[in-house]
Amino acid sequence: MVRLPYLTALTTLFSYGLLFAFGQLRDFFRKLIDWPKSKNLKGYAPICLGLEDFYTRRLYLRIQDCFGRPIASAPDAWIDVVERYSNDNNKTLLRTSNTTKCLNLGSYNYLGFAAADEYCTPRVIESLKKYSPSTCSVRVDGGTTKLHTELEELVARFVGKPAAILFGMGYVTNSAIIPALVGKGGLIISDSLNHNSIVNGARGSGATVRVFQHNNPSHLEEVLREQIAEGQPRTHRPWKKIIVIVEGIYSMEGELCKLPEIIAVCKKYKAYTYLDEAHSIGAIGKSGRGVCELLGVDPADVDIMMGTFTKSFGSCGGYIAASKEIIQYLKYTCPAHLYATSMSPPAVQQVISAIKVILGEDGSNRGAQKLARIRENSNFFRSELQKMGFEVLGDNDSPVMPIMLYNPAKIPAFSRECLRQNVAIVTVAFPATPLLLARARICISASHTREDLIKGLEVISKVGDLVGIKYFPVEPPKHEQDQKKLE
Amino acid sequence: MASAVMNVTATVLDWMSAAFDAPLARAVVFGVHIDGHLVIEVLLIVVILFQLTRKSYKPPKKPLTEKEIDELCEEWVPESLHPPITEEMLAQPPTLESAAGPHSIIDGKEVVNFASANYLGLVGNEKIIDSCITSVEKYGVGSCGPRGFYGTIDAHLDCETRIAKFLGTPDSVLYSYGISTIFSVIPAFCKKGDIIVADEGVHWGVQNGLYLSRSTVVYFKHNDMASLESTLNKITRGNKRAEKIRRYIVVEAVYQNSGQIAPLDEIVRLKEKHRFRLVLDESHSFGVLGKSGRGLAEYCGVPIEKIDIITAGMGNALATDGGFCTGNVRVVDHQRLSSSGYVFSASLPPYLASAAITAVEYLQENPSVLETLRSNIALLQKGLADVPGLTITSHPLSPIVFLKLKKSTGSAKTDLQLLDTIADRVLKEDSVFIVTLKKSTLDKCRLPVGIRLFVSAGHSESDLLKASESLKRVAASVLAELL
Repeated sequence: MVRLPYLTALTTLFSYGLLFAFGQLRDFFRKLIDWPKSKNLKGYAPICLGLEDFYTRRLYLRIQDCFGRPIASAPDAWIDVVERYSNDNNKTLLRTSNTTKCLNLGSYNYLGFAAADEYCTPRVIESLKKYSPSTCSVRVDGGTTKLHTELEELVARFVGKPAAILFGMGYVTNSAIIPALVGKGGLIISDSLNHNSIVNGARGSGATVRVFQHNNPSHLEEVLREQIAEGQPRTHRPWKKIIVIVEGIYSMEGELCKLPEIIAVCKKYKAYTYLDEAHSIGAIGKSGRGVCELLGVDPADVDIMMGTFTKSFGSCGGYIAASKEIIQYLKYTCPAHLYATSMSPPAVQQVISAIKVILGEDGSNRGAQKLARIRENSNFFRSELQKMGFEVLGDNDSPVMPIMLYNPAKIPAFSRECLRQNVAIVTVAFPATPLLLARARICISASHTREDLIKGLEVISKVGDLVGIKYFPVEPPKHEQDQKKLE
Repeated sequence: MASAVMNVTATVLDWMSAAFDAPLARAVVFGVHIDGHLVIEVLLIVVILFQLTRKSYKPPKKPLTEKEIDELCEEWVPESLHPPITEEMLAQPPTLESAAGPHSIIDGKEVVNFASANYLGLVGNEKIIDSCITSVEKYGVGSCGPRGFYGTIDAHLDCETRIAKFLGTPDSVLYSYGISTIFSVIPAFCKKGDIIVADEGVHWGVQNGLYLSRSTVVYFKHNDMASLESTLNKITRGNKRAEKIRRYIVVEAVYQNSGQIAPLDEIVRLKEKHRFRLVLDESHSFGVLGKSGRGLAEYCGVPIEKIDIITAGMGNALATDGGFCTGNVRVVDHQRLSSSGYVFSASLPPYLASAAITAVEYLQENPSVLETLRSNIALLQKGLADVPGLTITSHPLSPIVFLKLKKSTGSAKTDLQLLDTIADRVLKEDSVFIVTLKKSTLDKCRLPVGIRLFVSAGHSESDLLKASESLKRVAASVLAELL
């Protein structure tokens, strides 16, 4: 959990207040200057009224060069970041053809499948030549190739469920499945920090949505009891069904969900569970099978397991794994299966090869090596950062580690200074996180070597001193401690 | 007796009136004489106040005890997550064993494929496959991040500029999946309180976007300009606040559910008269309509600046995956921060972006492929004009040829079963692969079901002839009872 010191909260609020005041001043002068110019869009309401895009225009545009940095190589351990310059004070950024080689601590490349891989790439190229980049038809109409059926069986076997169904994009998986499972008269209880795709899917389904406190099984129990006793709003009829949606690893906190307790609560009150393993499948667990394996939960206890292939498998797309009947029903009615182009065959082949490497079915033990390496790397990095005095969130074994920044001025300072020293970092602010809790987020990969990590630690420590984000006392290095003991 | 009572009453009355008028305590408070009647009045006020402070009688409200809540939770029985599985849910689609070109291998047999929206015949094109191979070797397969966090690869930026240059707009935005384009764009611009006028035949992606935007949606009859005009008049009549509310018209260029083409010049005229903004979904017309394939605006002779927002999925004519959205600078910039499918999702795999660039270049260099496509459509329309029991409802220039039953059986389910039988027999007996329009239970569109044929520039004349002959023969035998 985040412990926000009082003084830091005050200074952060003061900074935001100052930025807000300056923004309003500039808006006022802009209105004065633009007054004589008559708008030729007379009669049309403006696309953005007043304060709707105030944050974009006055706060985000100032630090726009910290986000959306283009790269000119594969998103591997080292990337070529393209340099950009601006002629009008960061409002528009233009590309140059110069690139700088930087250490990549930002891409979701957990098992290192992002770049060309010795087992996967030849097979992807073969499937490209055979099936070409797209099938141009929907799954029910002849967009189902042998690769799609093979991958569905493989995913079901990997995750531990009877059957699975594929989609071409992870975001669409959530948005199109949740409306098919629960409609008006149902209840969705979701964690307060769930991803935008789940929020959109829940809104689009027409069911009532309630939120429970992040990762708090006792509050979930309270909410369940209250809701079952009350029934539907206004009519008090009993609910048709209740679905509880949680994620495996929360991408902005880096912490694992308390799955065994939540499953116990849901079983007691007969609610269905939906687990979104976008970041945890393939990255945690002894054989990469995700948060169920790590926390010792039987996959048969979770009703629906969802995941994406973008993060650990280096491809694109999503899947849902559940019982045979649910999958048959989804194949019959899910709109993303009936109306959207089927997943691109080379991407399917990439996932098949990646899963085979992880399971060791390609005849080598690279999969086991990758899994061991990512666990070692994450634990090493996290413990070193904590020793240096940074405030790092997240549980052990999770490859996502946010470092708290809080103050809005530290966001561009940290990001630009790290880039100058050839380390590419991701910083996140409002609206992806609460207003006061801006952070820098690090994603460790199995393709980082020990030297890469040590270099990253050096740079982050130096920049952290410069920017002033070491909120906790520094642990003195070991030999000083021993000297003190001798004295 | 009576006089005695009278005397007593009179004395009491005298006594009371004396008491009332006697100045009590001979006091003068604030210049007011304290009289006897003032005491009664004060007593009355005190009594009224006392009554007001008493709680009125309400039956006491007892919250549920823990035991009662436990009982309710035990009693409650949820519905199952899925409805009972019926026969039609168990149907499996045919498996494709080769590329989805005009001739494909399905379940081991070679068939003529009319089910893939491969309008320009680019599936299997050597140049595109070569550019994909170079891309995969350089960038890998996935992009491993959203656009804001090192997921922007120079292939994406090149693709956006190329498409914008082709269409003649300042810039464009690339999305990673065709169907997510429209349901991310609409909620980014339309908020609660806005008014949207949409065609009733739009596909599920548009419907989902309209629902998520929480605006007021009014539907007009499918492709009927008179209905559109009357709806617009009704909405803007006498509405003074209409100046502050944003208003949009949402249509598709070529409708997936019926094959009709929207008359863009009419729509633009109406939009300018009533001051609405136009959102056009060009998934099936980009690369097909117009002299050089620039879409519906070129075909109708409307300058591209008049259309506010154009979206398209690239999974059809361009034979890749993903989608794009383009418009003026304000429109494009706004999406980069507030469109959920762009900000919160991983970006398009870079090899699909390079495939899109190569496809657009191919189209610009070989405009003759559009001529072939147009003559193929005309040939097929001629061949299918006299199929017994089925009529063509799509526009003569639309690349989706849509056939529906002349006389419906009354229920959509039995219609679909008849059409499925026709499609199965055509595949088994003549090796021609056609498909019916399957609807999801979440789809609100009520247009009739039918058979769809997607015409490609790669089909040869003999393919088209074979399809029309086969369809005529099978429809005649299956629908013999109905005729």
